[in-house]
Amino acid sequence: MVLVFAEQNNGTFKKATFEAVNYAAKVAQQSGTEVCALVLGEATDVAVLGNYGAAKVVHIADARLNNLEARAYAKAIAIVATQQDAQVLVFSNNNTAKAIAPRVAARLKAGLVAGAIAIPDTANGFVVKKSVFSGKAFAYVKINSAIKVISIIPNSIGVVKSEGSSAVSVQQIDFTDHDFAVKFVSVNKVQGIVPLGEAELVVSGGRGLKGPENWGILENLAGSIGATLACSRPVADSHWRPHHEHVGQTGGTIRPDLYIAVGISGAIQHLAGVNSSKTIVVINKDAEAPFFKSADYGVLGDAFEIVPKLTAAFLKYKAAQHA
Amino acid sequence: MKILVCLTKAPDTTTKIAFTDNDTKLNEAGVQWIINPYDEWYALVRALELKEAGTATDVHLITVGKTDAEPVIRKALALGGDEAVRIDADSNDSFYIASQIADYVRSNAYDLIMTGKESIDYNNASIGAMVAELLDLPYISHVSKLEIAGGLVTVNREIEGGEETNTCNLPLVISCQKGMAEARIPNMRGIMAARTKPLKVLPASAVDMLTEIVSYDTPAAKQGVKMIDADQMDELVRLLHEEAKVI
Ligand SMILES: Cc1cc2nc3c(=O)[nH]c(=O)nc-3n(C[C@H](O)[C@H](O)[C@H](O)COP(=O)(O)OP(=O)(O)OC[C@H]3O[C@@H](n4cnc5c(N)ncnc54)[C@H](O)[C@@H]3O)c2cc1C
Ligand SMILES: Nc1ncnc2c1ncn2[C@@H]1O[C@H](COP(=O)(O)O)[C@@H](O)[C@H]1O
Repeated sequence: MVLVFAEQNNGTFKKATFEAVNYAAKVAQQSGTEVCALVLGEATDVAVLGNYGAAKVVHIADARLNNLEARAYAKAIAIVATQQDAQVLVFSNNNTAKAIAPRVAARLKAGLVAGAIAIPDTANGFVVKKSVFSGKAFAYVKINSAIKVISIIPNSIGVVKSEGSSAVSVQQIDFTDHDFAVKFVSVNKVQGIVPLGEAELVVSGGRGLKGPENWGILENLAGSIGATLACSRPVADSHWRPHHEHVGQTGGTIRPDLYIAVGISGAIQHLAGVNSSKTIVVINKDAEAPFFKSADYGVLGDAFEIVPKLTAAFLKYKAAQHA
Repeated sequence: MKILVCLTKAPDTTTKIAFTDNDTKLNEAGVQWIINPYDEWYALVRALELKEAGTATDVHLITVGKTDAEPVIRKALALGGDEAVRIDADSNDSFYIASQIADYVRSNAYDLIMTGKESIDYNNASIGAMVAELLDLPYISHVSKLEIAGGLVTVNREIEGGEETNTCNLPLVISCQKGMAEARIPNMRGIMAARTKPLKVLPASAVDMLTEIVSYDTPAAKQGVKMIDADQMDELVRLLHEEAKVI
């Protein structure tokens, strides 16, 4: 069996979760087995995971699991993995998975590849490709243990929906107070936008924008295609933008389909967070800006002139698509 | 309250990454080693602040590595760590490294174990969670703010798309990131003092390595940038749609 951790957020699933289920289905196919998806906490319509390749769904509908407690989650996942005789466990490599996948791996004495970007190569052992050195290279990691844990970077293989269905079983785990040592106090979530780590389209601004009052043009640009905003480190450090938007070596690492960098010089520490993006567009007024070397498309000129034009072009394109 | 900070060496980000031995090994010639930034700027500095505030009594350092890890451990001592231990082993396997740290903690109790959010070489973000599991301790990852009062820890941690506030009693394992503290530079007195601070070297325990890196490669170089005239934004959008196929 391949067990996939199907993370839920307030009862529903994100695209990255469906992608992890898809990935699990491909791994299961390789070894002629099936996928069991595990849902922790209260959620509705867990059977939808069948549309992405899960043959069955185990749902631990315990309200105490509505917030992440790494030890309790790891315990539940390890118990279900053993019950289901899971040979491979799959996670989507976000902050939640980073807190629990290694715990589960240690508990099961299973080798872990965190940050996988491709389906395992089983021609010669079990080898998983992962991104290393902040996107500057790939490593092929062989897992030698009987049980294997893989955590895939969102946007690595994409999502395919099918007609499949899954049988749901609701189950309970014997938790003790000891399992819930970390107490939830409060949460402050950015509402209504795709989190940066999962965004397919990202519009990012640097010091070239001169000040926070100028972010309106970037918001419009992002809004025109439903992109998520990011920024360079000095922008976050100067409190022009919130810290969670900061990408780079010390901020977030992302790999969207499209990264539009506006007024960002392209320092190596910035590139470390974004150079795995599929397509990079750079808008900069300095022809010597290093970012142009890592870009697919470049526009030389003043951002304050170019960005509104690009926004208009996107809106025109969208309107034509809907017509 | 005793704190253990887990440190690893990492190649400076500006280092050009290349491989040798048929792409099976990192080419270390010319690599500038630094303390993994998250370990230094956030975990270590916050631990030192807690000691300066009288909340912590000891700040100890641990690294699992060979002798080439000693310069970074000395730098961490120069910044203010009290003493350090190096477990003499070289491995890329997270389970192996975490097991070494857990074994050390089993015979040397700590109230708080701090790691960086991830190492900038292998980007696993795994050691802290594994150490916590091996020691059956609670774990909070991606902590950007840490306060401790009367044995109760209050943290802010980054979650998908936002931030959460949590509390937990000690002992606890956390992974640290930006926001927690400001980077420091070692001063001359610290550097001198570091020379005489204890740096113990212990043999590794026998633990299986569950994974191994069989080879490396590097991403295909970009084809070269296609420059688009500032008045041709419709053309850029067309290329993004038809050529890059990203919208
Ligand atoms: C250890 C370390 C870690 C770091 N980590 C990070 C990190 O995680 N993320 C990060 O981003 N940085 C990081 N940095 C900082 C990094 O080195 C750069 O200083 C930073 O990325 C520069 O930000 P910027 O490009 O926004 O600003 P600048 O370098 O000031 O560049 C501004 C750019 O805007 C252009 N510009 C100006 N006006 C206009 C205009 N009107 N229209 C169009 N273009 C214009 C300029 O030509 C220039 O290229 C780190 C540095 C160190 C030493
Ligand atoms: N070899 C090591 N020795 C001690 N601590 C380590 C080692 N490798 C990683 N760590 C710690 O674990 C954190 C996460 O590393 P990783 O799981 O390798 O991404 C790092 O920021 C360090 O604090």
